[in-house]
Amino acid sequence: MSPSTPGAPASPAGPRTSPPANALFEYVLRLGDDRLVLGHRMAEWCGHGPILEEDIALSNIALDLTGQAAALLALAGEIEGAGRSEDALAYFRDETAFRNALITELPTGDFGFTIVRQFFFDAYSLLLWDVIAKGGHAKLAALAAKSLKEDTYHLRHSSEWVRKLGDGTPESHARAQAAVDALWRFTGELFERDAIDDAAAAAGVAVDHAALAAQWRELVEGVLREATLVVPAAPGAMVTGGRRGRHTEHLGHLLAEMQIVARSHPGASW
Amino acid sequence: MTPTSAAPTAEDARVAAFEARIAAGESIEPKDWMPERYRKQLIRMMSQHAHSEVVGMLPEGNWITRAPSLRRKMSLIAKVQDEGGHGLYIYCGAETLGVDRHDLVEQLLNGTAKYSSIFNYPTLSWADMGVIGWLVDGAAIVNQTILAKTSYGPYARAMIRICKEENFHKRQGYEIVTTLARGTPAQRAMVQDAVNRFWWPSLMMFGPSDTDSPNSGELLRWKVKRKTNDELRQRFVNLTIPQVQAVELTVPDPDLHYDATSGNWEFGAIDWTEFNQVIRGNGPCNKERLDARRAAHEDGQWVREAATAYAEKHASRATEAA
Repeated sequence: MSPSTPGAPASPAGPRTSPPANALFEYVLRLGDDRLVLGHRMAEWCGHGPILEEDIALSNIALDLTGQAAALLALAGEIEGAGRSEDALAYFRDETAFRNALITELPTGDFGFTIVRQFFFDAYSLLLWDVIAKGGHAKLAALAAKSLKEDTYHLRHSSEWVRKLGDGTPESHARAQAAVDALWRFTGELFERDAIDDAAAAAGVAVDHAALAAQWRELVEGVLREATLVVPAAPGAMVTGGRRGRHTEHLGHLLAEMQIVARSHPGASW
Repeated sequence: MTPTSAAPTAEDARVAAFEARIAAGESIEPKDWMPERYRKQLIRMMSQHAHSEVVGMLPEGNWITRAPSLRRKMSLIAKVQDEGGHGLYIYCGAETLGVDRHDLVEQLLNGTAKYSSIFNYPTLSWADMGVIGWLVDGAAIVNQTILAKTSYGPYARAMIRICKEENFHKRQGYEIVTTLARGTPAQRAMVQDAVNRFWWPSLMMFGPSDTDSPNSGELLRWKVKRKTNDELRQRFVNLTIPQVQAVELTVPDPDLHYDATSGNWEFGAIDWTEFNQVIRGNGPCNKERLDARRAAHEDGQWVREAATAYAEKHASRATEAA
């Protein structure tokens, strides 16, 4: 607050950002929300895949992500210590309290968009889990080790499809490239570092974001090259905000659907 | 395929030998000789079954994004995924009879193949996820437990595996029903409404009455079917009514009563007009279900073409490299 002259009206000056009370809670929330929201998007494919085998594979990925989210949100609630369960966190927060990266909340788009988004995320997630699994927070490390196995399969699945689509037909190539172009500007957010990451590092979750970004870029560019796809030459500015609760317009609609039954019956058990 | 040059007497002898094997309780395997009628009946039943699994993903898929807890969301995704797996498994089983899965899918999409009429009813509340698991999977289990003893080996083995998962789905469904029935007044009303909507369609899942079932006689003789539609329907009602009582719900049948002599729960008349309407494509969601399958197929065309093109390119590159 700025000092005010006696007799002058009180100034509504506030801090630029409110510092989070519990940084590790916020950090785990980010991990959980990424997977909750992406798992939700993936589950939208259930019954609508391009081939039955893919219906099963996409459902399986949705299931893994939702399972990871449930475990992470339960851990977040435990760290917070305010008695909020994973369901309370998933179903009774508004969109500004969600901490997922924007890339996870974008609508499913076509199969190419879904696959490229998943590929970008899988590559990031696998590299991140590898670091966290070796980190100093025991519970989180255990979750990371389990998720690492699932994400290894996810990355194999998504990268195989990136190759098939990129190096398939002219149409599939064009669609996959369009997805890479559209999604690229959302990838920077995954590697941003802020005070929450610093605090998490102090609590034993030390992630070198610059190194992670370099490894990601190498992995992603390798697969894109094999798929005859290219990183956009002029990608434009990266879009961010999800980690601070500043989302795209899509998240509100997703949550409206996800939370409708739970919120219509507050206090009910399911 | 049966050689057409075979003399009728030789054919008759082969049918007699085939029927003797069936009568002796042997199972028929893909490479065994079988009458064309037997093959056709099995292709019809297995493809209808596979289509039902795949179309059945839609009414439940409708609630995945609104599941009210993470645990319920995960089990619903897993259930719908299982149904896709069952579909795939049964399509593969049907292929052992010399048909191509893509032709079977084409028959579903062009409306010439049937699937279980139950999936042409809409899912209107979360309680439907419980009631479908309980009643619809429950009815399917009654059918499939018997089908696990069917004379065609690959189908019988598929049913044994599938029944295990269906039993799990049924328990899961009944657990949702129990939770809602013991929940708030709104939850209880929701689950009662779902039972009211799905009760009669579940009874219709066993197919027309025996007096009006065109395929039953031959199927029973060949042990493709082991019990009649009406026997299975009665068995389902007898199993289910105590479960209805346990959660203090009702079924929408004022004529339902227990008959001490037969030990059966006797139920009222089934509205076969409704059944026939749904079978003919005039159910509440027939169009929506087929439209959704067609849209998935058409939207997936470029993906399938890409996979084929990629496989061909890499096969030819591997040949060049060799």
